[in-house]
Amino acid sequence: MNLLALIKQVPDTETQIKIDAGGKGIQTADIKWVMNPYDEFGVEEALRIKEKTSGKVTVIGLGPQRVVESLRTALAMGADEAIHIDDPAAEGGDALATARVLAGAIKELPFDLIFCGQRAVDDDNAQVGAALAELLQVPLLSVITKVEISEDQTKVKVNRPVEGATWVLETSLPALITAQKGLNEPRYASLPGIMKAKKKPLTAKKLADLGLAPDQAGEAGSKIRTRVLTSPPDRIPGKLVEGESVQEKGTVLVKLLREEAKII
Amino acid sequence: MAKGILIIAEQRGGVLRKISLELVSEGRRLADQSGQPLAAVIVGHQISEEAKKLVPYGAETVFMADAPELADYTPEAYTAVLSDLIKSQDPDIVLAGSSQQSKELAARLAARLETGLAMDCVAWRLEDGLLVAKRPIYAGKVYAEVVCETARPQMATGRPNVFPILEPDPGRTAEMVPLTVSLKPEDLRTRLVEALADQTGRVDLTEATCIVSGGRGMKGSENFTILEELAEVIGASVGASRSAVDAGWRPHSDQVGQTGKVVNPNLYIACGISGAIQHLAGMGSSKVIVAVNKDPDAPIFQKADYGIVGDLFEVVPILKEELKKIMS
Repeated sequence: MNLLALIKQVPDTETQIKIDAGGKGIQTADIKWVMNPYDEFGVEEALRIKEKTSGKVTVIGLGPQRVVESLRTALAMGADEAIHIDDPAAEGGDALATARVLAGAIKELPFDLIFCGQRAVDDDNAQVGAALAELLQVPLLSVITKVEISEDQTKVKVNRPVEGATWVLETSLPALITAQKGLNEPRYASLPGIMKAKKKPLTAKKLADLGLAPDQAGEAGSKIRTRVLTSPPDRIPGKLVEGESVQEKGTVLVKLLREEAKII
Repeated sequence: MAKGILIIAEQRGGVLRKISLELVSEGRRLADQSGQPLAAVIVGHQISEEAKKLVPYGAETVFMADAPELADYTPEAYTAVLSDLIKSQDPDIVLAGSSQQSKELAARLAARLETGLAMDCVAWRLEDGLLVAKRPIYAGKVYAEVVCETARPQMATGRPNVFPILEPDPGRTAEMVPLTVSLKPEDLRTRLVEALADQTGRVDLTEATCIVSGGRGMKGSENFTILEELAEVIGASVGASRSAVDAGWRPHSDQVGQTGKVVNPNLYIACGISGAIQHLAGMGSSKVIVAVNKDPDAPIFQKADYGIVGDLFEVVPILKEELKKIMS
């Protein structure tokens, strides 16, 4: 099967996020960039399907030069080929503008399944997968924790947890799946894997290579604009509940929750 | 010119979900501020009784897309129905709930309509007709104010438990409008094979008003029983930190934090959770935070409204008993 996995680089989740001087972006100086954790589940699932069915895994990443590192990681995990959309005009777009660029890269490629993370843990948008499925006119399976390909490889059955239930859904291929934690445990790249990855094809593409004009992508091609970033309201420092004994502390806390916080 | 506010209501198994009332209530407030008409739409099968429930909260028109093939939600079929409606009605603003179903639907719909969608908002306001939407990013480490200046409709989804439900007014009336549904074969490629109900019977963390959560300090999966018991007393859902989930003590669906669920309860009780940045981001907007931890220097105490420094295995059972007394 032909499998595509899309990856985004995001700040490591332990990063303290600080707003930059312009007020619309974040300070990027000391950030450790990692593959979006949800995208990693997508890469892993694509690799597992390839191992069962044979075929090819292509990873696609959009962003500055540093994204090559995450693409190499995916190649070291076992992906066959990587495409790096490396064009400043393609960056900083809203979901639709970003999906348009990805669709541009994908339209030349045969595919049965596309994987991406259910959301990126930076802008928490959870939209690019849906927008891409729409542009490619394929079924969309979001926030998926289990994937089963039918024996004849024409259908896929998935588990989708929703509030209070898990939906089992089935659709025809090709389709797009957004990966949720629980889908699998991503492998670590092995040393031989890392060595092999250096020789695997990694192609850089500009917007023009994808048949797109600069005003169709990035900020210029976006409908959603960020006006300003703000810090969340500081929580007023709370109080430690004092007491002679654990019992007393417990009694005092419950009294505070009822009488002061009025929450119980 | 685009006019009016449209709320996408949500049903599951033919039953209207609470988040729809939150969004219709909020739509009512925006409509009153701006003098625009408020409509709602519900998609499903045999939903006319549920559709009526939207009226006392302020919908002036309720569109109903009713067909057997719409009984179970799928993004393709629902997108087709809603994009037809929106193209014909040309609303200025379209709002939906930030539920699993409506987030996916809104995202696909916005792409089909080639408009902008502000996902997971916690607040919004109208400024000269422009919807200025506030949404947490980096799981709440930062908030972004976003606008969609040129394209219409302006779309947004609102978080559960954020927008208060209006007092229903049984005197309100609305025009109930059935829609003609025409679906193409490609809209029906996906089908729901089955829906497996969760065995816990508890409210999903993202919609819970009360959460008891455990971390590394729980020391093992078996010890979560004491949190379950505490949760039982106050009708809470049970969450976990990433360490507790990564240790295999709790399922992934219980994880609160940047790589898990972002939650917004009235009360969050963190037990044996030190307070890693990515966890604090995911629960920092809880209205009241209680922390129980042995380590007085644990970062969780910086975020907590009330803290108890102590052994959770002693504190939690006492809390349970004390809460039981006042709840009964």
